[in-house]
Amino acid sequence: MVPDAALNIVWALIVALAVFAYIVMDGFDLGIGILFPMFHDEHERGTVMNTIAPVWDGNETWLILGGGGLMAAFPLAYAILMPALYTPVIAMLLGLIFRGVAFEFRWRTQRARKFWDGAFFAGSTLAAFMQGVALGAILQGIRVEGRHYAGGWWDWLSPFSILTGAALMAGYATLGASWLILKTESELQQRAYRIALRCGLALVIGIAGVSLATPMLHSQYAQRWFQWPNVLLSAQVPLLVLIAAVLFFFALKHHWERAPFFLTLGLFTLSYVGLGISVYPYLVPQSITIAAAAAPASSQRFMLVGTVVLIPIIIGYTVHAYWVFRGKVGTEGYH
Amino acid sequence: MPAAILLARAQFAFTMAFHIVFPAISIGLASYLAVLEGLWLVTARDTYLNLYKYWLRIFATVFGMGVVSGLVMSYQFGSNWSAFADKAGPIIGPLMAYEVLTAFFLEAGFLGIMLFGLTRVGKTLHYIATLAVAGGTLASAFWILAANSWMQTPAGFGTNAAGQFIPLSWLEIIFNPSFPYRLVHMVLAAYLSTALIVGSVAAFHLLRRHDTPEVKRMFSMALWMAAVVAPMQIIAGDLHGLNTLEHQPVKIMALEGHFDSSPHGAPLILFGLPDQAAGRVRAAIEIPLLSSLILKHDLHAPLAGLNSVPRADWPPVAVIFWTFRIMVGLGFAMLALGITSLIARARGSLYTSRTLQRAALFMGPAGICAVIAGWFTTEVGRQPFTIYHLLRTVDSASPLAAPAVASSLAAFALVYFTVFGAGAFYILRMMRSPPHAGEPANPEPVPQRSAGIVPQGLV
Repeated sequence: MVPDAALNIVWALIVALAVFAYIVMDGFDLGIGILFPMFHDEHERGTVMNTIAPVWDGNETWLILGGGGLMAAFPLAYAILMPALYTPVIAMLLGLIFRGVAFEFRWRTQRARKFWDGAFFAGSTLAAFMQGVALGAILQGIRVEGRHYAGGWWDWLSPFSILTGAALMAGYATLGASWLILKTESELQQRAYRIALRCGLALVIGIAGVSLATPMLHSQYAQRWFQWPNVLLSAQVPLLVLIAAVLFFFALKHHWERAPFFLTLGLFTLSYVGLGISVYPYLVPQSITIAAAAAPASSQRFMLVGTVVLIPIIIGYTVHAYWVFRGKVGTEGYH
Repeated sequence: MPAAILLARAQFAFTMAFHIVFPAISIGLASYLAVLEGLWLVTARDTYLNLYKYWLRIFATVFGMGVVSGLVMSYQFGSNWSAFADKAGPIIGPLMAYEVLTAFFLEAGFLGIMLFGLTRVGKTLHYIATLAVAGGTLASAFWILAANSWMQTPAGFGTNAAGQFIPLSWLEIIFNPSFPYRLVHMVLAAYLSTALIVGSVAAFHLLRRHDTPEVKRMFSMALWMAAVVAPMQIIAGDLHGLNTLEHQPVKIMALEGHFDSSPHGAPLILFGLPDQAAGRVRAAIEIPLLSSLILKHDLHAPLAGLNSVPRADWPPVAVIFWTFRIMVGLGFAMLALGITSLIARARGSLYTSRTLQRAALFMGPAGICAVIAGWFTTEVGRQPFTIYHLLRTVDSASPLAAPAVASSLAAFALVYFTVFGAGAFYILRMMRSPPHAGEPANPEPVPQRSAGIVPQGLV
């Protein structure tokens, strides 16, 4: 059995993993939503929808797991972050509702299909942007007094959080476009290559911008990244980002089908690791650490039992579902 | 109570009142589908299969709306009730995490097979999937009601230096005093609501003379449910009320409208206008001593009134006085429908009595209305506390400015009416065409994924 001291770390890893699983998996289907207006005729839209239809809802459930896990394992962090991110979180939820039901409703109506297609685009874009804004708002710092959020309801809005919002949108769009490269053929695929190139450029600029701006927010971030000898290790991250980005554009140029998607995933992984380097051991930067936010061991232990049984099963059938749906989606979808 | 907190309560009530409709129908329909498929497997009659496919389409859409409205609920604890989340998180959090995990695993995992797998996995495996989904909806109800009941009748906990509630015994926390009663009452409510909806759809088609074998079969099944479950629900409700009297007497005083103590037996107030400020019920129509008989099974048993507790601990009396009467009134209307159907059945006029069909049509939304009224009764009756007698609502809210909560409430109202209004419209449109022989195997000829990541091609 896990000793009490390690429980916090185990739970921090589980929550981090759930959030990352959410970001990469819902990322590409939100990205498709962002790119949706670029596809005009009904036939293309149907095909594009079909590439994500079998998996999008499973992807989204990781968000509930991430939020639920945070509340259960680190209630104090949840209680401070949610009011601080009030507007972005609620805007994100409303966006997810719109794009989620649009999946269903657009097939149920001829008359209002344009409306639900618009809802799919707008909801996906809003959710993606607000997730990025939330990240920026956390990084730039949250005012805490005692066990409460002590800021106002517009504190989250800053040039930095808009930058992170835009960068995440570019990232999701890149994931979406390279997913389409993977899943489609002929004309549609050629368009996806061109879209991926533009989105990829925006993403690289976004990553660079956020990476340069973050150390300027707080001396602590700067120390973490630039202090000797940390820099030997931390410098590997931007280096790898550079390599992955160069490979990504190389892969697009040579029309490789799979590499762009996996290289974009690589960029997301590196950015997430970079985030971890900046923030660790805090859950709320500079004020609440993992240990301070932790629920009692009896709570974490009780949950761990169910989690270690069910999460591997969930991962198992998720992998299975993706495996079954590997390869190209035809014009008729998978049916 | 500050405006921001009132708005936060309004927001929770609004989103909850929308949300609860979907799981209530999901629980009921999932079990109904399991019964239909079981009957089909045993009897091999196509009527059951056609009914299964018909209600499966509706189930998928309802389930999808339940998922998105549930997502909002799981974040609202933090966004609007952060002090509660901090203090109760160590206990409520794991219960809700289990709800998510079981919902994720059983419902989402098997729903795909249930929706798209009938022709692909074989009957036995498909039936296992249907049972797993039905079990999953019940497991979700189990965990959510454990969390909810703990807030009403907390047990098995201690407190730490930070003011958090910490778990001491998970068994006592889960099986807290009101939990078994609440679980039974809610699951029966879900079954009854679904039966009334099914009966209403059947009555609609019977009235339009679409009396196919499928329509008659579901009409009969729905009215059997009403006849059997409505009396059970009245008994369960009574037991739940006695349990509440034991653990939350103030809630009972308020919903009965008992402002004054009655040392020699309390009257049952049928109707009246509770005036919380004046501390009395105006224009009361009451039956002497009946309340003591119902609650204590003794005409002259003394019952304490709200004047025996500090005003600061009173719940909003008028709200729950009325929601309770709406719930009970609808419950007895359901009982009347069930009895009428038994009489019609005995006379052999079950499928021909227009009066019965009109009544069944009219009663379609009654179960859902009763569920919402019941939730208002129990949740508003818990006020002014979030955790009964331990944590006040005013000490539970997030440090938010009123305009922030007001704008999010407006946004929720706009989005919910648009989205769930459209959803209700599409569901009603599906219900407008009657189930018939040779229902299509798949819900739609197009991608249809309300939830579930095990898709059609997999199985």
